[in-house]
Amino acid sequence: MILYVISVGLSVTMGLMGFVNLAHGVFAMAGGLVMSTVIARFGVPFPLAILIAALSVALASIVLERLLYSRLYAEGELAQVLFCIGLIFVSMAVARLMNGDRAVPVFLPDYLRGQLHVLGRDFPTYRVFLIVVSTCLIFLLWFGVERTRWGAMVRAAVDNRAMAQSVGINTRLLFMGTFALGSGLAGLGGALGADILPVMWSYPFEHLVYFLIVVAVGGLGSLRGPFIAALLIGVADTACKYWTPEFGAFLVYAATITILLWRPQGLFGMRYERI
Amino acid sequence: MSGYSADPRIRWTEWLPWVAAIAFFFLMPGYLSLGARILIFILFALSLDLILGYAGIVTLGHSAFFGLGAYTAGALGAHTGITDPFLQLAAAAALSALLGVATGAVILRTRALTLLMLTLAITAILLEIANKWTSMTGGADGLSGVKVDPILGMFRFDLYGKTAFFYCLAVLFVGWWVVRRIIYSPFGAMLTGIRENSTRMHAVGAPVYWRLVMIYTISATMAGTAGALLTQVNQFVGLNVLGLEPSGDVLVMLILGGVGRLYGAFIGPVVYIVVQDTLAKQYPEYWYLGIGALLIFVVLFARGGILGLLDKWLPFLKPGRSARASAR
Amino acid sequence: MAAVLETRSLCKSFGALTVADRINFRLEPGARHALIGPNGAGKTTFVNMLMGQLAPSSGQILLGGEDVTRVPQSARVRRGLGRTFQVTTLFRNLPLLDNVALGIAEREGVSVRMWKPASRHREIKDEAMTYLSALGIADEADARVADLPYGKQRLVEIAIALGLKPKVLLLDEPAAGVPSHESGIILSNLAKLPPEIAILIIEHDMDLVFRFAQRITVLVQGTVLVEAPPEEIARDKRVHQVYLGEQHA
Repeated sequence: MILYVISVGLSVTMGLMGFVNLAHGVFAMAGGLVMSTVIARFGVPFPLAILIAALSVALASIVLERLLYSRLYAEGELAQVLFCIGLIFVSMAVARLMNGDRAVPVFLPDYLRGQLHVLGRDFPTYRVFLIVVSTCLIFLLWFGVERTRWGAMVRAAVDNRAMAQSVGINTRLLFMGTFALGSGLAGLGGALGADILPVMWSYPFEHLVYFLIVVAVGGLGSLRGPFIAALLIGVADTACKYWTPEFGAFLVYAATITILLWRPQGLFGMRYERI
Repeated sequence: MSGYSADPRIRWTEWLPWVAAIAFFFLMPGYLSLGARILIFILFALSLDLILGYAGIVTLGHSAFFGLGAYTAGALGAHTGITDPFLQLAAAAALSALLGVATGAVILRTRALTLLMLTLAITAILLEIANKWTSMTGGADGLSGVKVDPILGMFRFDLYGKTAFFYCLAVLFVGWWVVRRIIYSPFGAMLTGIRENSTRMHAVGAPVYWRLVMIYTISATMAGTAGALLTQVNQFVGLNVLGLEPSGDVLVMLILGGVGRLYGAFIGPVVYIVVQDTLAKQYPEYWYLGIGALLIFVVLFARGGILGLLDKWLPFLKPGRSARASAR
Repeated sequence: MAAVLETRSLCKSFGALTVADRINFRLEPGARHALIGPNGAGKTTFVNMLMGQLAPSSGQILLGGEDVTRVPQSARVRRGLGRTFQVTTLFRNLPLLDNVALGIAEREGVSVRMWKPASRHREIKDEAMTYLSALGIADEADARVADLPYGKQRLVEIAIALGLKPKVLLLDEPAAGVPSHESGIILSNLAKLPPEIAILIIEHDMDLVFRFAQRITVLVQGTVLVEAPPEEIARDKRVHQVYLGEQHA
């Protein structure tokens, strides 16, 4: 489920803005780092720490976007991919310098530890919490994108930037804001998920494949898509670990390939009519 | 560089890399294994340039072929009695070609992100297989004790790496010659056409998909050969020949040198590996920092890589009339 | 006379929107035919279906008497169907010579050869030069397309199409975007096209259409309104209405 929170931000940037942001994991890692530091150094309570993590990452991403990303919107996907690889390298180096080879320490509040007794079975409280948060998020986002003017403007701007500008939409601001949202979500996911996906310097690279799978399989630009995809991956992963531990990751990749070949735009992505 | 208006004759500057290689052999005998590694990655980068620079296919999964070639040679040398180096190379090339045509035929119907994802997924699957199939691949420990016969029965792989160096140089030479031939041929012109405007290529009757499968297969064969060389030279193959990392590495090398320029594939690996060797051992964080920053710089300001920069400063290195076609 | 290009009851819908409605169309060998209609009438959609870039919802397309409805674009081109694009679709960074040569090499089956350098293929280069000369742009054979004025770029489109030695040529607004002082060149070159090629031209420039075409088809909202020689079209009241907008949309 954590995969979803992080990846939906990626679906937002990629789908709504058309930018192949492989470095998305960097923002997630940053979120985890900020949260941990804030709790450790300043004793901030957990919920506040999460919020600070998400917001600070969003703000930082704005800086990055203004300085670097925005130059690459019009460039082909090769340039974007390369840029992101470079960014990943730089951030991994910085993370390693800051934290060495250890994972960032996580401080779960007591009320989130332990088990919840639901429907006759025990579930780790934390996981339930994550699922609840993710579900709330998806509703918020869906509402925001489908129902508000902001969502409509973003979709218009992606569809035809010049046109959107000529009807008075400030595309620069729009893209900046959307990017901040996507990255903030990543930061949120990284912070929330620090217990499950340990925040280490190799974080962005390690999980890159999974983020991309969730987005590609779920479908660019859609919000439900990555949700379903993350769900599927989570289920498949657990099921495989249980029944066929030999083939866990293997099946995920095979499934990805099959799905992408059958529906190249992802399960819920937007179709391209071949003209 | 390619096309009907290009001049296919070999310019004097094109002999420089080979002169440099031979000079290296005599001047730096202590670094021959590093040199061999550079040569191998040049071959790998050349194979990537064929599809990335000329056909315009962006892939992060090229290590799949490299790794397959490496493990093929490794498995042959360690488990079976097939230790003739050329046979190992041939087997690696053949299997890579097979994987190339099989995966290419399937994934080249897609484009952009989907294609990128599929290439990644394929190399990830191979990595998983290599990881789990310990009896064949040695798993995380790698496959050691790969036996390779002396080349032509005479030249043993010695400790100083002299044989290895020349072996790789010879294979690279053949690879370079083949790639150069392809680039200047009508096929190469057609590939450039696909890259420049694939809609137009469709409209002149080119079955674009099948042509892409062809070049993808050729590229895969070369990459597999490079992988096999690595195994033969080290008499060892480990998991690090598969997965995202080697794909990313060779992509960065190519960009550094300059994509679609043939010799970018020569310069890139030299710079990358040399710097990596000097820096990364002592200051691994700074290595990543440096290469990351450099990459960002290149993408934003020096898209043509080192060759692109040289073009601006040393005009006599530019190829003939249709220089415009390649200056990017 | 057997039609060289024909459609039977060709339809295309995108969901509830019908863009082509049972279009029956015939193109005779050597024809000089024009397709006109107001914006949004479905002309480009029709051409895209003819070329194979867009699959029809129903109906048939026949090329030289053979059903090509399911045949992909590149195969249709090899069977003699050529087109130019409304928005110039050229190899902008390549010289003119290469632009034309690529098409010729395809036709001759040379473009899969990997051995002899492309520039040593004299026959291809010479043939490319003849087409460039016929259109008066041979002097710029080495120039990059991107460096040429737009009017000349449109001519390169035609040169490439000629290089395919098509039996049928679809010209999608050849004068589109060309400044008026250059469009005369387009017309004179169109007039020089080999008579055995059947030509279908889509155009908005009525001057060009009436001087070039021997038959005109008027397409309105996906259906054929009328098909007749130019003099009759000029007199037809319904055509006037459609263009002058007296008819409600």
